[in-house]
Amino acid sequence: MMRGTRVTIIAGAAGALSACNAHQSTLAPFGADAADIRHLFLVMLAGAVVIAAGVALLMRHAVRAPEDRLTHHQGMRLVLWLGGVIPTVVLLGLLVWSLPYMKPRPLGPADLQIAIEGEQFWWRVTYRPPGAAAVESANEVRIPVGRTVAFRLTAADVVHSFWIPGLAGKMDMIPGRTNTLVVRADKAGRYRGQCAEFCGLSHALMALDVVAMEPAAFDAWLAAERRPATATGQGAALFAANGCNACHTIRRAGQAGAIGPDLTHFGSRQTLAAGILPMTTANVAGFIRHPEKTKPGVRMPAFPQLTHGEATAIARYLQGLQ
Amino acid sequence: MRRWLKRAQSLRVTLWTLIVPPTTWAAHFLFSYLWAAVSCARLGMWARFPTAFVIGTVLALLVIVAAGVIAWQQARTPGTPAPHDSGTEIDRLRFVAYATLLLSALSFVAVVFTAMPVIVLSDCR
Repeated sequence: MMRGTRVTIIAGAAGALSACNAHQSTLAPFGADAADIRHLFLVMLAGAVVIAAGVALLMRHAVRAPEDRLTHHQGMRLVLWLGGVIPTVVLLGLLVWSLPYMKPRPLGPADLQIAIEGEQFWWRVTYRPPGAAAVESANEVRIPVGRTVAFRLTAADVVHSFWIPGLAGKMDMIPGRTNTLVVRADKAGRYRGQCAEFCGLSHALMALDVVAMEPAAFDAWLAAERRPATATGQGAALFAANGCNACHTIRRAGQAGAIGPDLTHFGSRQTLAAGILPMTTANVAGFIRHPEKTKPGVRMPAFPQLTHGEATAIARYLQGLQ
Repeated sequence: MRRWLKRAQSLRVTLWTLIVPPTTWAAHFLFSYLWAAVSCARLGMWARFPTAFVIGTVLALLVIVAAGVIAWQQARTPGTPAPHDSGTEIDRLRFVAYATLLLSALSFVAVVFTAMPVIVLSDCR
C-alpha cells in the first residue's frame, strides 16, 4: 500500500513537473531543437535507470554470493567485460546515436536573422529580414512557425546567456563576439526566455517574451512593426520634457536615444521590464518613478519628482504606442 | 604475421614505451582541437576535410595498435609461475607490458571518441 502510494506520487510529480510550466520548459517544447533535447534526455534517462538497476542487482548478488563462487580467471573476465568492453560499446553507441542530434541546423541566405544584444538587464532586438531594412524592438522576440531563424547573439556589457527552453538550448552572449543560434519553431503560442548566465543584481529579472506566430501573421506583424507608432496626449510632452528621449527611441516622434529599450511599439507588448511585470498603466507609472524597486541595479534613473498623475500620463502615452 | 609477433617478443617494453599510446592520444587530441580552431578562425569552414583528418586518425590508431601488440607479446613472456608479482626482472617486464596493453586499449577508445564528433559535426558553429 505504502509503496503503491509512493510510486503514484512520484509518477504524478514527474507528470506535473513537465506540464506545470508549459511556456518555459524543455519538457514542453515548441521548437524542433528543444524536442530533440527532450528526446535525448528521456532516452538517456531511461538508459541510466536500466544501468543503475543492473548495477544495483549485481551489487546485491556480489554481497550475497559465497566467497569462492568465481575463480580468479572468471573474476578478471567479469571485470574486463562489465568494466571495460560493455561500457565502451554502450558509450560508443550513445555517441554515434546522439551526434546527429547535435549537428547545427543549416542556414541559408534567405533565412530571417534576428540580432539580439544582452544588456543589464534587458534585450535589444533587431529583426534583419533578407532584402529589407532592419526593424528595432526590445524585450520581446517574435518568430514565424516552420521557418528557420538565426539569432545573432552578442552582449553590450557583461556575459549574458540567451535561453528559450521550449525552443532550443542556451547560448552565451559575449561582448565583442557574435554567436549564432539557428532554430525553428513548430507550434504557435506565447512562451518565455530567460538570461541563463549571472549578469548582475537583476539577472533573475531578465526575462524575454517569445511569440511564435503563423508565417502570414508574422509577416503582417513585422510590416506593422516597421511603421512608426503614434500617440498623443499630455504624456507625449512630459516624455520629452523629462528627457526620456535621451535614452529611448520612439520612431516618428523623433525620439532617438539608443541607450535604453526601443519604445516604438511599447503598447503592443505583453509585459514590462523584460518579462517581469504585466503591462498595466499602474505598473508602467510605478516603474517610471522607481525602476530600482522592480529591478535592483537598473541603469534607468528614478523619477521620484514626477507626481503620480504625471507618471500615469506618460504611462498612458506609452501604452498608446501600438 | 608470426614472424612479426616473434619480433615483437624480442623488443623490450620499458617505462618509455609505456607512454607511447597516451602520448599518441594526446597529440591527436591537441591536433584535432588546433585544426578545428585554426580552420574555423582563418577560413570560417573546414579545409581539406575530412580525408586528411581521417588519415591522421588512422595513423594514430595504427601507432596505438602496434604499441598494444608489442605489449601483448611481452606480457606473455614465459618465466616465473603465476601470479607474476615478484620483484624479478620477468615479472617487472610482464607488469609494465600489461599496463601498456591496458593503456593502449584506453588510448584507442579515446582517439575514436575524439574523432567521432569532428567527423560527424564538421561545422564551425
